[in-house]
Amino acid sequence: MTASDVYLLSPEISMVGLAVLVVLADLIFRQKGVVAFLAIVGLAVPVAFSIALWIDIDGEATSQRFLELGQATTFAVDHFSLFFKFLVIAVVGLVLLVSQDYVGRFAKYRGEYYALILLSAVGMMLLPSTTELITIYVSLELATIPLVVLSAFLRDARSTEAAMKFFVLAAVSSALLLYGMVLVYGFTGSTQLSVIAERIQEQPVESIAFGAAPLLLGVVLIVAGFGFKMALAPFQMWVPDVYEGSPTPITAYLSVASKAAAFAVLIRVFYLAFGGLSLDWSIGFAVLAVLSMTVGNLMAIAQTNIKRLLAYSTVAHAGYLMVGVAAVAARVGDGPTDLGLGGVLFYLVAYGATNLAAFFAIIAIANKIKSERIDDFAGMGFKAPLLAAVLAISLISLIGIPPTAGFIGKIYLFNAAVRADLAWLVVAGAINSVISAYYYLRVIRVMYTGNETERETVPFSLAARGALAISAVGIVVLGVIPGYVLDVAQSAVGVIVGG
Amino acid sequence: MISESAAWAIFFLPIASFLIIGLVVRPFFNRFSKISAYLAILAIGGSLVLSSYALKSVLGHEEAIGWAAHEWFSLGGGEAFTFSIGIYMDSLTAIMLVVATSVSLMVQIYSMGYMKDDAGYARYFAIMSLFTASMIGLVMARNIVQLFVFWELVGVCSYLLIGFWYQRPSAAAAAKKAFIVTRIGDFGLLLAILYFFFNQDTFAAAGLNSLEIPDIHQAAVMGLIGTVALAWLAGGIFAGAIGKSAQVPLHTWLPDAMEGPTPVSALIHAATMVAAGVFLVARFFPVFSPDPHAGMTAAMTLVALVGGITAFGAATIGLVMHDIKRVLAYSTISQLGFMMLALGVGAYDAAIFHLFTHAFFKALLFLGSGSVNHAAGTFDMRYMGGLRKHMPWTYVTFLLGSLSLAGFPFFAGWWSKDEILAHAFNQGGVGLVVYGLGIVAAFMTAFYIFRVVHLTFHGEFRGGVEKKIADASAGVVRDGAVVTITADEESKRGEHVHLGESPVTMVLPMALLAVAAVVAGFIANPPFDLGVIQAHWFSHNLVMAQEPLLHFEEKAAGIEVGLATVASIVALAGILLSYWIYQAKGISTDRIAGAFPGLYRLLYRKYYIDELYEGGLVNRVFYRGLAFFAAGFDSRFVDGIVNMFGWTSRNLGRAMAQAQTGQVQVYGLGLSAGIILIVAAFIVWG
Repeated sequence: MTASDVYLLSPEISMVGLAVLVVLADLIFRQKGVVAFLAIVGLAVPVAFSIALWIDIDGEATSQRFLELGQATTFAVDHFSLFFKFLVIAVVGLVLLVSQDYVGRFAKYRGEYYALILLSAVGMMLLPSTTELITIYVSLELATIPLVVLSAFLRDARSTEAAMKFFVLAAVSSALLLYGMVLVYGFTGSTQLSVIAERIQEQPVESIAFGAAPLLLGVVLIVAGFGFKMALAPFQMWVPDVYEGSPTPITAYLSVASKAAAFAVLIRVFYLAFGGLSLDWSIGFAVLAVLSMTVGNLMAIAQTNIKRLLAYSTVAHAGYLMVGVAAVAARVGDGPTDLGLGGVLFYLVAYGATNLAAFFAIIAIANKIKSERIDDFAGMGFKAPLLAAVLAISLISLIGIPPTAGFIGKIYLFNAAVRADLAWLVVAGAINSVISAYYYLRVIRVMYTGNETERETVPFSLAARGALAISAVGIVVLGVIPGYVLDVAQSAVGVIVGG
Repeated sequence: MISESAAWAIFFLPIASFLIIGLVVRPFFNRFSKISAYLAILAIGGSLVLSSYALKSVLGHEEAIGWAAHEWFSLGGGEAFTFSIGIYMDSLTAIMLVVATSVSLMVQIYSMGYMKDDAGYARYFAIMSLFTASMIGLVMARNIVQLFVFWELVGVCSYLLIGFWYQRPSAAAAAKKAFIVTRIGDFGLLLAILYFFFNQDTFAAAGLNSLEIPDIHQAAVMGLIGTVALAWLAGGIFAGAIGKSAQVPLHTWLPDAMEGPTPVSALIHAATMVAAGVFLVARFFPVFSPDPHAGMTAAMTLVALVGGITAFGAATIGLVMHDIKRVLAYSTISQLGFMMLALGVGAYDAAIFHLFTHAFFKALLFLGSGSVNHAAGTFDMRYMGGLRKHMPWTYVTFLLGSLSLAGFPFFAGWWSKDEILAHAFNQGGVGLVVYGLGIVAAFMTAFYIFRVVHLTFHGEFRGGVEKKIADASAGVVRDGAVVTITADEESKRGEHVHLGESPVTMVLPMALLAVAAVVAGFIANPPFDLGVIQAHWFSHNLVMAQEPLLHFEEKAAGIEVGLATVASIVALAGILLSYWIYQAKGISTDRIAGAFPGLYRLLYRKYYIDELYEGGLVNRVFYRGLAFFAAGFDSRFVDGIVNMFGWTSRNLGRAMAQAQTGQVQVYGLGLSAGIILIVAAFIVWG
């Protein structure tokens, strides 16, 4: 490994270093606030390295650098992967901030809690860069296993059950993913995405036993493996149980960062390796999109627990994102090809800000009323007007009503789909948005109806307030002046669709 | 020359004040709500300074200052999906900016006194800041989508302010009415915008962007849009203006809008909401009049007639109202009619000139009525009188405003109204018809505003709100109806009337506006050079930016002495008649009303238009007819479908919930089933 290789990996390496440092600091300092402070401030290092890499790569012709191990290219650093690294680090920072109001419930294990979050983030930062199947698998496990541990942190019946289910099902999905990879390897003889792409182009399908069937099965199994992480239907069944049982900050983390990383790797695998595949995989993605949107929204209607409601909503949003992915695949003629991908990236940021804001507000409210039942949120509009307002704004953004981030995100995704001749998919998306309005607005209605009551103080630390304010401002800023992030997202996908 | 960032600051200062008050002061420091007034005033003061600088910068330039549009956001792939924002700064914009910010500043200073002790003090100033900012954004807009956003924001803010005292059912109803009635007009504007949106290719072929206002001007002049399409577009835009500027037949919301705090009325009636409609027509003037040599187009004739009828009709209603604010409200409608009339006959500059002078004296009159209410506790002129002695400042300033409105020679209103009438007369044809309507309306204007002066300030005091409440309790019948009290008066039950001058925060803005009401006309459009001030600089600059209008300017340059004399005599006659009836008691008002009972009732009932709309149109046609049919269709057919969907989704949800057993084995099964499903999908469709 040369120095330049280390430089390419510097964001991840510094993140691992930070995690180790946090564990050590946990041993030394009695005051656990110091540990938290260290974890949050320490994020500046990976951010700095990522920025340096972004600038360096900007100047290069290919705008991409590869890390090579022996003969294999395993790791690519480009704007696409860096975009996701920034997103993951930002989410980690906000989650750490808001955890200050939550870690009291497992006071003895605060150090481990922070370290595990950071370690899981390393996996999520690696994922968008990976260009080789084994690396993908290892990164995925690195991202998932700490999350399993974290979901058990409350150590009550629900939390333990959630972790157990998460663990078993994650193992099953890993097995499926590996099986798919094996089939692809057997078909092409390589684990490198670029080589796989070449072999698929070269080999006439007729010359192989069973034709393209093994490859098809392999591709589907890989989709299933990633679909599990993205919470796509029909691989979503673990989602509500795990979301409900886990500590809420972890739920927020899971719903945003984990999903984003999985989308990143899905896009890279399908564009790099299966781009030349004769079969049109967009139809599969379109089916998954419709299924996820429909299942997510229909199931959400019946929920009484706010975390379960958001769990199903996250399934639905994975479906909307899939509309964007399908739109790219189905590109027709010589129209713009990068619209759908740019839309997916923007939507992930918009959805991240929105969902984090919603979960953060819920943490504060649930801390106050000691309940996560939607009915118990009655009157919050009067008791805690600001918190309720933030929750309302984020729910409005989840529906996709202007002037919020969710509106612009949906416009962008749906616009891409229409231009890719997938108007029927947009119709399905629009109908689903309407259905979703029903259960989101119901929460708002509960908060603002009932008798006007006095304001009450809600215990809410300064750090958590900051996290809430940042994500809430993000929703509105992305909704009113989306241009800048759109441009960055568009330039980030250039390397994928151009290359 | 003003820089672009300074121009943006005009807009962002009040926006910042709105955000700070709304997000910081009100939630956290509501105990110190006084800060919000200072913040709002500071911000709007800054905007006024910058606006004046902007006006100075554009004067003498033929071309508008053309800052390039900024891309707001793009949906990728071509101009058609790119939305941009930018500032279009010409003399029209700059003048509107000065009007909006200066009147808003005066109104907000006044509000410090008027709204003192109101529980919603901070909320009030937050919305006032947003209201002003929306108006600023509207007049600066370069892009038609951007314009529409602020157009709607102005509507929303007026809704919030008219319904400011939302606990009162009448205020809530008035707010709703204002919003819904203007909405009808907005639909027309929206259709016009959609036309531009869907015809981007036609524009693009000529190198133009159909959403940019300067490009629309150019396209209209070049003849890129067909004559018929142009007429329809003009109609759509004018529909929007009819709603916002309260022209017949959508004028009914404005008199009810006085349910809001009086300073809000002053702002709505003078500088923001209603001015937006006139501004809109002026902004798209080339669409109405693409070729100056072709005379009045059909669209212009429509504008002129609607304006003339409104000017006349509203003035007649103003003759008989008892409520001082209602008289002023009808007066506003009537004066807006004058502006529309001017636009219709091609007197673009005269319309804006009248908007300019009217803003000052009408704001002054409204603030004066608020000051009167401060003392007497009521707006009902039957319970006022003799206030001259108790409120000398209010009296003097109100009198100056009234003289200006009446068109007394050399007051601000005289210059602008005269120019409108002169243009109409010179235009001939339909112009003569609207001239006739206008001159009669001018006579009535002079009469009704001096009726207000006499009833309010002269004679003996008639007891104010105390007496009115007593009368209402005793069930006294006056003017053919039992006296009823308003929510505002009800809130003063049990208080004693203390007649006295209002505090200095209220008197000072009135005094400043009074100065403007006297001199604004002469300073803005002097007939000859006055040292640094050039003759007719106002009209000249406005017309210069609009090349197609040169024709009209040649036709009616300067005030023609003969017409001016006629107008002055008419105004004086109106003032004298009202003196004779109300001061000298030359004839009893009851006798006049008794002589024409039908006419009096018709006017007092406002031509039964409200009844027609609510009873006839809304109740019969919409509610019992259309809505009944729609309800049947809805409950049988639509609900059937919805129920089917609901039933299906509920049961589907239940069926799916069955699968959600919580057992890991089932989840694993789901995973496998999913894989089979995808493979099947590939095999079937792939």
